[in-house]
Amino acid sequence: MDNLNRRPRIGVYICHCGINIGSVVDVPGLVEYASRLPGVVVAREYTYMCSDPGQNLVKEDIKNEGLNRVIVASCSPRMHEPTFRKTLKEAGLNPYYLEMANIREQCSWVHPDKEQATHKARKLVEAAVVKAMLLEALEEKEVDVIPACLVIGAGIAGIQASLDIADAGFKVYLVEKTPSVGGRMAQLDKTFPTLDCSACILTPKMVDVANHPNIELMSYSQLESIEGYVGNFKATVRKKARFVNFNTCTGCGVCAENCRLAGRIPNEFDENIGMRGAIYLPFPQAVPAKYTIDPERCLQLTKGKCGKEGPACAAACGPGSIDFEQEDELVEIEIGTVIVATGYDVFDCTRKPEYGWEDIDNVMTGLEFERLVSASGPTGGHVILGRDKKGEGGYEPKKVAFIHCVGSRDKSVGNEYCSRVCCMYLAKQAHLVRDKLPDADIAVFYMDVRAFGKGFEEFYDRVRREGVRYIRGNPSEIYRTGEDHTVVIKVEDTLTGTPMEYEADLVVLGVGLEPRRDVREIIDLFKLSQSTDGFFMEAHPKLRPVDTASDGVYLAGCCQGPKDIPDTVAQAKGAASSALILMAYGKVKVEALVSVVSPDECRGCGFCMEVCPFGAIELVDQNRMGNIVQVAQVNEALCKGCGSCAAACLSGAIQPRSFKDEQILPQIAVLGVRI
Amino acid sequence: MSAEEFEPNIVAFLCNWCSYAGADLAGTSRTQYLPNVKIIRVMCSGRVNPLFLVNALQQGADGVLISGCHPGDCHYMEGNYYARRRYTLMHKLLEHVGVDPGRVNMSWVSASEGAKFKDVVEDTVTKAKEAGPMEQFRRRRINW
Repeated sequence: MDNLNRRPRIGVYICHCGINIGSVVDVPGLVEYASRLPGVVVAREYTYMCSDPGQNLVKEDIKNEGLNRVIVASCSPRMHEPTFRKTLKEAGLNPYYLEMANIREQCSWVHPDKEQATHKARKLVEAAVVKAMLLEALEEKEVDVIPACLVIGAGIAGIQASLDIADAGFKVYLVEKTPSVGGRMAQLDKTFPTLDCSACILTPKMVDVANHPNIELMSYSQLESIEGYVGNFKATVRKKARFVNFNTCTGCGVCAENCRLAGRIPNEFDENIGMRGAIYLPFPQAVPAKYTIDPERCLQLTKGKCGKEGPACAAACGPGSIDFEQEDELVEIEIGTVIVATGYDVFDCTRKPEYGWEDIDNVMTGLEFERLVSASGPTGGHVILGRDKKGEGGYEPKKVAFIHCVGSRDKSVGNEYCSRVCCMYLAKQAHLVRDKLPDADIAVFYMDVRAFGKGFEEFYDRVRREGVRYIRGNPSEIYRTGEDHTVVIKVEDTLTGTPMEYEADLVVLGVGLEPRRDVREIIDLFKLSQSTDGFFMEAHPKLRPVDTASDGVYLAGCCQGPKDIPDTVAQAKGAASSALILMAYGKVKVEALVSVVSPDECRGCGFCMEVCPFGAIELVDQNRMGNIVQVAQVNEALCKGCGSCAAACLSGAIQPRSFKDEQILPQIAVLGVRI
Repeated sequence: MSAEEFEPNIVAFLCNWCSYAGADLAGTSRTQYLPNVKIIRVMCSGRVNPLFLVNALQQGADGVLISGCHPGDCHYMEGNYYARRRYTLMHKLLEHVGVDPGRVNMSWVSASEGAKFKDVVEDTVTKAKEAGPMEQFRRRRINW
């Protein structure tokens, strides 16, 4: 149906949204007002416009009344514009003949005064009507989707998403910053509440991603740049130099044994409580099992000299894999979809100095304790503190305290949110201490215990029955007394109102989860939004939890917010399926709201070309009555419709569709008038 | 019209990705703010032709507001920077021709800053109230 040359016949539909709009805005009065606006042939109200009967109302009127423009005055267009576009399309009308007036978020929900809210709603509806008259039919184009996905971060979220996509038969590029896949989950000892060994359930998946024919694992690599649009991204990945030949390294480890700095550099994987050399494998089960030289610590690389005889690692390496001349490699890849699974960092305890984490050896974070208690950790899983550098001596703690909510639910450090995992991981760690040190006195200081998941409450109950004391109180201070290891926790038991000083020789801080400290890098690459808590913001908190505002870019795992392993895996599977929808269908609709040039008005100055952030505009020759002149031309596949070009254009020759000057000025005319 | 009775009318241009979403969040969080500000949605603050500001003041608006993503967060990478430059220039120009600088405002409101949007609205309205009714550019209303 072509509506281009016909007079506008506008239908206005006012939604009550249950009582959300109707209880504040005078809807019948608004209908009456709208029906008198120029071009309006139908004005109706309905309880829920977005419901099936509501949408049918629109469809019927398009058929019976010959409507060619539709205004829905309801919620934000960010909510239901796609819904009503579809309605128009189903009724045979071009979906871009829709205009919405946001009378819920901008009127009824924010202005309690009925008269004022109704007045503003009238203005918004009127502005929508004048804009609708000048709307144009737009064509939605489809482009092919490159059947490949880029997954950033190879923790459990990235691993699961990669495996799902690869198993469906699509190519995956899995980029991981550190030398090994595995992420945070690889650092954990046991998982709550089932007490599965974390490594035992994770390592098979780590091996799978490394061996899967459809997955190209790019470990020790970083995303350098990304451009393009949904379905057609071009990314550059920096493969950092390992200074070890990836193909010939057998992972035997002789190099690390011979490194002059062996055992002298804190190992990040062990949260710096274990030691490594300058050439290292972060942990024994690392995938890929290839050694890496730390360029910031290696003597040969930093000082240009290692001992009198030259680098000991190179001398010891059988296959001769050490290569100090190796350089970073830039790899370009083309992908159709992206999954961001960059994970989290734990709370930085130096921001809570009253707990003494920085100064007192036997006050440690939950993650440090995971490494201490892990069989693959620096103590082989024995809870032994105060060992010397050679790993000898030390003592077993007799009184162990766990502290909840360190860096979560704490406005003083800027983290108002609950980190969702600390209650349970501390319960699990208390259980592990009970298991390994049956005689130890164990106390847990808590604000609330949130055991909300499957099997959580039962596990918490079990831990309490094992003789772990739960004391309700938020410690105010932790300090060391004398020469021995005793640490005093100052706290008030808020159930009895008694101040107490609990003496312990090991304190574990239940540190919360925070956005990664390098989160900015990803934000800058993808222009992702952050929620108030700093984690990446999903497109809709309830209905689009894995999507982002950028089409084709999805979120998985703790980069979106704190969550436990099952939730992370579920979200990773969700993100994978979202990416698969695009790739399996093979085509995607591109932005119809692109800029368009009126060549006769263009003077060829190129200002638009200069401001276009996407390089979507070029100057081309045009024959103007025998003269060859240059005019701007828009590459519709690259244009995203921001409209910066239009504001720069001196003659108004370039305009973004649906946001043209001629469509915005009437809105200004309506809304500018005070009455 | 006395100063107490004067309720300024303000036209706001909000970018779709940050500020409009921030205004939506103010709505979903039921943050109450003054009804003086009427919003026009644009895809990016960079879309706002500086002449829109003049046009709004001509149509009778007592103040205008442009709001975009925070610097560095623009969905289109650099649109908000263009908006800022154009705004600065237009702000100076309008001041030069005798328009009270408080009428012309710009802010950064992200999608998570519903509360900040309320503050921006209040600030804009207060400034426009101080400036009083805009009479300088008045022209007859065009009937669209």
